[in-house]
Amino acid sequence: MSATRAPGAVPAAPSKEPIRPQGVKKTRNPKRLLIYVLLAVGLLVMSAPFLWMAFSAFKTSSELSASPPVWIPTEWTLDNFRDLLDKLDLPLYFMNSVIVAVLVTVSNLVFCSMLGYALAKLNFVGRNKIFGLVLGALMVPGNLMLLPLFVLMSKLQLIDSYAGLVLPFAAGAFGVFLMRQFMQSIPDELLEAARMDGAGEWYIFWRIVMPLVKPALATLSIFAFLGSWNNFVWPLIATNDPDKYTLPVALATFATDPNKAGGSNGMLMAGAFLVVLPVLILFIALQRHFTQGIATAGMK
Amino acid sequence: MSTMTGKAAQPAKVQAGPGTSQSPAAGPQERRGRKRPSMGVQNAAGWLFSTPFLVLFTVFMAFPILATLLMSFTDFGLRNVTHPLDANFIGFENYANLFGDEKFLKSLFNTAYFVVIGVPLTIFLGLVVAVLLNNGIDRARTFFRVGFYAPVVTTIVAVAVVWRFVLDPSDGLIAGLFTEVGLTPPDFLGSETLAMPSMIAMAVWRNLGTVMVLFIAGLQAIPTEVREAAKLDGAGVWHEFRRITVPLLRPTLLYATVITTIGYLNVFEEPFVMTQGGPSDSTLTVSLNMYREGFNFFHMGYASAMAYVLFVVIMGITVLQLRLLKDNTK
Repeated sequence: MSATRAPGAVPAAPSKEPIRPQGVKKTRNPKRLLIYVLLAVGLLVMSAPFLWMAFSAFKTSSELSASPPVWIPTEWTLDNFRDLLDKLDLPLYFMNSVIVAVLVTVSNLVFCSMLGYALAKLNFVGRNKIFGLVLGALMVPGNLMLLPLFVLMSKLQLIDSYAGLVLPFAAGAFGVFLMRQFMQSIPDELLEAARMDGAGEWYIFWRIVMPLVKPALATLSIFAFLGSWNNFVWPLIATNDPDKYTLPVALATFATDPNKAGGSNGMLMAGAFLVVLPVLILFIALQRHFTQGIATAGMK
Repeated sequence: MSTMTGKAAQPAKVQAGPGTSQSPAAGPQERRGRKRPSMGVQNAAGWLFSTPFLVLFTVFMAFPILATLLMSFTDFGLRNVTHPLDANFIGFENYANLFGDEKFLKSLFNTAYFVVIGVPLTIFLGLVVAVLLNNGIDRARTFFRVGFYAPVVTTIVAVAVVWRFVLDPSDGLIAGLFTEVGLTPPDFLGSETLAMPSMIAMAVWRNLGTVMVLFIAGLQAIPTEVREAAKLDGAGVWHEFRRITVPLLRPTLLYATVITTIGYLNVFEEPFVMTQGGPSDSTLTVSLNMYREGFNFFHMGYASAMAYVLFVVIMGITVLQLRLLKDNTK
């Protein structure tokens, strides 16, 4: 759980958005108004599916199939959630998803930081080759590994286990790249001073470097956690036992099996609502770290 | 970042005298005078810090990538999951069969369709939103950015389920809009011609945010002086956009195009949840086809060949895009 708490503890980066001088407040030109209108319309279109989902989850079956459609339910009901929880053991899948995501996050934080530190701050033979490997790994599509990975996991008897779900994602190239970029900005003098005081590399890494890159760790936590939370293809392949399904696999199985969902859009919307809500809350609370991460990984 | 270039040059020199602390080529100027930890220590530490990643990388990435290649030359099937070494080597038979396989060719076509329409739309709309957000909007910028980016972070399976309902011909949101204006709502996902466009619409909706964030970062990197100067010279909005913004955004445009293309070439979840590849395979993508051949029918050798064809296509297109877009810069 510590991994999920970490990002919240990090102070938000100072806003880079310029503070407008007073007096500019009035919309001098109609151009600005037009921009606002365009953006508002765009945002409405973007959020329509979410709103539709959220409202539909609380609709009665008659309102769900009403034509013309009813946006806001007149009579709010929890029946959809109740029916869904009767048919689908969501708390179990939720826990599976949380356990896998937390393990993936923690291992990424540790392993990616370690290699990031080595690549950014240690001179060693083969460093450039390893960095080349990391960059190459960024470009390989995940689908290329699925088949042998399944065979390997079957051989290791890790199908239907947390280990089988976690190991392939325990250290991602993206994380290494991100950590390296951030760690490079730490002044060498600081580390050399510590070295002269007799500090070992592990001590320097753990006690000096890691505390300095907390914002990067926060960004990496979010990306690793959400990547795991939203992952679908591998959990779909690596689990046969429904008790080991993660949330997306459980929801997809439920949604694509006509016998289970029985075409009940209410139940499906309730399910989607429960899967999407935690992610949206996490995102809105920590949105600054997202854009930072994308910009860092993307620009340099 | 300027220290980076200086450092990057070093390992080559280090290699000249590994293990010696007094490497004469250790660095320019003052660096030599400083007490440095012995190269041996840094070497050992470097490799120790790299080991966990390298082990995981070797077992769960390098090995599978190679194994896929080997498997693609065999008749690897269900029985070989327990006895991998019993698979028979069949040369290029899988590859030869692929190009006579109508289903595969159709999935290739469908994926191309998805990419050719989807990528430009995503890039264009992402750019439009980024430019709008960067021009004259300061107050609500974060609010809008969050709103446009939200679909990116949501669980694709859940979102696909929602879109299925949104597009439902009897009680969906869009069907409702059609009935309201007196039109018969089309069965989006049940129609061979409309299923793919519907999926593209959803992909654009979902991925526009990533592109937008990249463009915002790119736009903010353009010095304000450049824009001001252009304005003083009497450049109009459109002129400024074409002559200043677009050329300076080229690197971002390139990056955004490449990652969007790679993502779209791998499209899997959308058809898996929304249509299962139907109707009549009109939304069967290469990835979905590969998944089915591999994990439903256990034609794993054949599926491996598909994976490699897709991989080669992705590499080819990426290299091509890098070339084309780079040349245009000059």
